[in-house]
This record gives sequence, C-alpha cells and structure tokens, in this order.
Amino acid sequence: MGMTISEKILAHASGRECVQAGEIIWAKVDCAMMDDLLGPRVEIADNLEKMGVPVWDPEKVVIISDHYTPPANIKQANIVKYTRDWAAANGIRNYYEFAGPCHQVMMDKGHVLPGTLVVGTDSHSTTYGALCSFGTGIGSTEMSGVLATGEIWLKVPESIRIRWDETLRTGVMAKDISLKTIQKIGHSGATYKTMEYCGEAIHSLNMDERMCLTNMAVETGAKAGLIGCDDVTAAYLKENFNITEDFSRFNADEDAVYCGDLQFDASELVPQVACPHEVDNVFDIDAIDRVRVDQVYLGSCTGGRYYDLKMAADLLRGHTVATGIRVLVSPASRDIYNRCMREGILETLAEAGCTILCSTCGACLGVHSGNIGDNEVCVATTNRNFLGRMGSKSSGVYLASPLTAAASAVTGYITDPREFLKGA
Amino acid sequence: MVKGKVWKYGNNINTDIIAPPESIELSVKEAAAWSMRNVDPEFAGAYQPGDIFVAEHNLGSGSSRETAPLMLKELGVRVLVAMDYARIFYRNCINVGMIPVECPDTDKIRKGDIIEVDFEGGKIYNRTTGETYPSNKIPAHIVGIMERGGLIPYLMEEKIRKRNA
Repeated sequence: MGMTISEKILAHASGRECVQAGEIIWAKVDCAMMDDLLGPRVEIADNLEKMGVPVWDPEKVVIISDHYTPPANIKQANIVKYTRDWAAANGIRNYYEFAGPCHQVMMDKGHVLPGTLVVGTDSHSTTYGALCSFGTGIGSTEMSGVLATGEIWLKVPESIRIRWDETLRTGVMAKDISLKTIQKIGHSGATYKTMEYCGEAIHSLNMDERMCLTNMAVETGAKAGLIGCDDVTAAYLKENFNITEDFSRFNADEDAVYCGDLQFDASELVPQVACPHEVDNVFDIDAIDRVRVDQVYLGSCTGGRYYDLKMAADLLRGHTVATGIRVLVSPASRDIYNRCMREGILETLAEAGCTILCSTCGACLGVHSGNIGDNEVCVATTNRNFLGRMGSKSSGVYLASPLTAAASAVTGYITDPREFLKGA
Repeated sequence: MVKGKVWKYGNNINTDIIAPPESIELSVKEAAAWSMRNVDPEFAGAYQPGDIFVAEHNLGSGSSRETAPLMLKELGVRVLVAMDYARIFYRNCINVGMIPVECPDTDKIRKGDIIEVDFEGGKIYNRTTGETYPSNKIPAHIVGIMERGGLIPYLMEEKIRKRNA
C-alpha cells in the first residue's frame, strides 16, 4: 500500500520500511528546536538534571531567543540570559539571539531539510513542512525527553489531502489560501492529523508563501502541514545551501490513503479575513463591515517574510499611512531585514510612515513591541486572533494577508487590496 | 475514581485564555493567579484542589505553552474532562501528570455539579443530576506513562535505564 508524506518521513525516522496511520512508533528526532519562552526555563533544565543525563546530541539542538528579544523588562531579560547561559553550559553551538522568530531562523540557517523529523517547543513548528520536513510542536516536558534520548513517541497521523487547483489572482496571497482552508476545516478539524497540500496553486507558490501556509496548519489542530518536493524545493535548496540531493522519495505515493480530500479553486479565491476571536472565523473581505483600524502589524513567522514585505512595499509605494494609526513592521528574521534594507523595501515602508521594528515575536503574542489597548483593533499578518492575544481582552485582532494589511494601512479601515492593484 | 465539584467552560478554551501573555514570563507559581482571567476572573482565586475542570470542544487549542497545564496543575487541577482536546495540550497534560478525560456529553454538565469520574471504567456519574455519561478508555501506551507518574519517570525506566543496563 502506498504511503503519505507523513508515513514516509515517520517510517524513515523510526528505521522502518513502512508505517501506517494509527501506529504508535518511537522515532529518532533529526533536530530539536527550543525558544526562550518555553525552552530550558520551563521544566527542561530541571528535568534533565532529575534524569541525570546530558543532551543526547548538542549538534542536533537549536536554541533561539526570539519571543523576549528585545526584552521589555527585567524578567524577560533574565529569561533570555538564562536561555543563553544554558545553551553555553550544555554545549549548544546553534544558539541564536536577535536573529528573528525561530521558524524563519531555522529555515534561513539550514536546520531544516526534506524528509527530516523536527520538533520544536513552539506550535508553529509545522512551518518546516513547506520544505517537506515533518515539523511539529511539542511541550517542554516532551522536549526534556527528546533531549535525554533523541527519541519521541508519535502516533502516525492520518492525512487530509488539500488540493488547490488553478492559480491565484492578483491581490490574493498564500495567507488567503491558508485562512480559507482553515475556515473549511475548522479550528479543530485536523486535530491529530496531517494536512498535505497539493495542486497547481500550491506548487506555483514560492518558498516564502509555502511557509505561510504550513505555518498555520496547527490552527486546524494539525500535527503537521506538508508540501511535497518539487522544482521550487530543489531550487531553494540549491540556491541557499548548495544542496542538490533529490528528496522526491519522500513525496506521497499515488496510491497513498487519505482520511479526507478537500478541493479548492484558487482562481475563485478573494482576500480573506479572520475576525476576532477564532482563526476559523473567516470571511471574504467584501462580506466585512467597515472596520476602523488602530494598528496594522506586518511581521511574525507567518507574515513577515521577504515576499510579504516586498508585496506590502509595492502597494504602499507613493502612499502614506492613514492619519491616527500606527503601522508596525517586523521582518521575520535578521537575514530578511538585511535583504529588505539592501533592496530599499524598508525605505519604501518607512517613507510611507511605517515603523520598522527589529525581528521579533513580540507583538504577535502580546508580550512587547506593539501590544494593543482597550477596544483597539489591529489588522495583523500573524497567526492567532484569540481573545487578548495581542493585548487587552477588549481589543480585536483581524488576521489578513500582507497586501490586505498594507491596503488597510493606507485607508485606516480593513480594505480589499485589489482596490489598489487595479490595472496592475 | 475521582469525585469533585465542577468548573464548567465552553468551546475553544485556548492556551492564551488559560495562560495569558502577561503570565508567561512569571514563574508557574506566580503565573497561576492569571489563569483564565479573561473569561473567568473568579477561577484562579476560588478553584479548590479536587475540583474538576470541565470544558466542551477543542480544549487547549493554540500554543505549545506547557505553562498552561502547569498553571492549572499549580491551582490543584488533576482531572480534566472535555469533548476533545488540542493535540499538544493533551500530551502536555499527560506528561506533567494530569488526567485528560474525553466525554461527548460535557454540554450536560453545569458549573457546581458534583461529578465522579471513573476513568478506568469509562463512565462519569453526575451526582447532582443523577445522569451517567460515557467517557473514553485511555489508550494503553498512555496509561503506561500515567502509571509511572508522567513522561520523565517513564523515560527513566523504559529508555534510560535500559540503555545504560
């Protein structure tokens, strides 16, 4: 019987020829990623001490201080300090700080490869599926076990195949695909399962856009979000890491078995918006009433990549942000920041009136650098709009694409970006 | 069998609700006071050890933050009952030594009810209303982890000692 991408990667990770959805396996982890928020400080350091064992393979561990950089107060500063010191004391050479949100840094620095099993103490570890890596989020105690043994038990997930045919129209982005898919599946519709994306629209997305899609797989409860290897994958690996290996052996077999099949037509998709306070509370943009905006946030491991900022800058060029609102931009990594600076993208954004922040998770989860106040509204290119996510419990977060965010920045209301792109 | 007074919530009690952003930088002991604040400001102050945390669909959705189950544990939560759970939260609960029970009928349970959870027999008795609800049988490999008191003692026994032997 054929295998899905999940089954192939997990068979490989458990040293087996073949595994099937539903089996419980012990799998070897290729890379373990910890952040500052939920890394060594939460149980992990204590647990390892209790177990009396060292980290199984420091070269396979990556630690990234990203949530509390730059620290907003002494507690956050001490958490970053603790994380940095713990990494040094445990021989973790792959330690990053102020490099940006962990998932982008993992990709930028080549810690993710197709066919690998990567676990992280952040739920958006599903991002790595863009590169056909089984990335999944785990808790801190779970991570303690991984660090001690290099292994984790997993139930091989069933997979839902999500096919997007045709191609996206102007003004519509991967974020819109992501939100529409989440609306259809629901915020727990893929719990314990993998979302496997395919179809012409998916394979014509660049790697930045693919990451936006797989990043949000967890918002349906999914264990992973995977895209098979293709020419875009190969070009990305060659260009960034000079890797020429063919990883298509991890792609799904034609006779693989899926527990669900969803089909969409990308050419019919219009910009989408997830309204407060659930990620599946998604509407076509023209179905939304006039919503006044206090803050626009372009950033995070979901919506702060090079392509996101480039698209936003292209829309904002020659415009200025609406009076009375603030527009915050946090590139998803230092590498992206520097590239956007070299190419004049940050200049365009700044001249339009945006405030350029450093690369950080900060405002996305409401811990610094752009929290919102009582009854305020933020349009964000991030991944969650939960009650109180970015600040006050009376505030509202609307999730949208970078283009929608940019258009809304100009008008001060949630705005369809196609109004700015007519004739483009 | 565990008997206790119910604290009842609805769908999508996510990790941002259980462990709000402001709480994460605190120690678990300090953070516990913030738990559920945005939906139920009474909860953290009034929850008594032995009470039972009951919700409906998709309990613990969102973040991998283990601070969410740890804060509940700090307040004395040992048993949770929900129709279904988000994956990472479910595993986190087991790993830190709590028992997440699945029951399709939690919409019939109300705040203040006294319920008795028989997680071996797969039944929940509502002593206030007299109703009985089915609950899931916890999978064998998870019972193995629970019986040893959580993931760390389990791994010590199953992986590390065997490897060193």
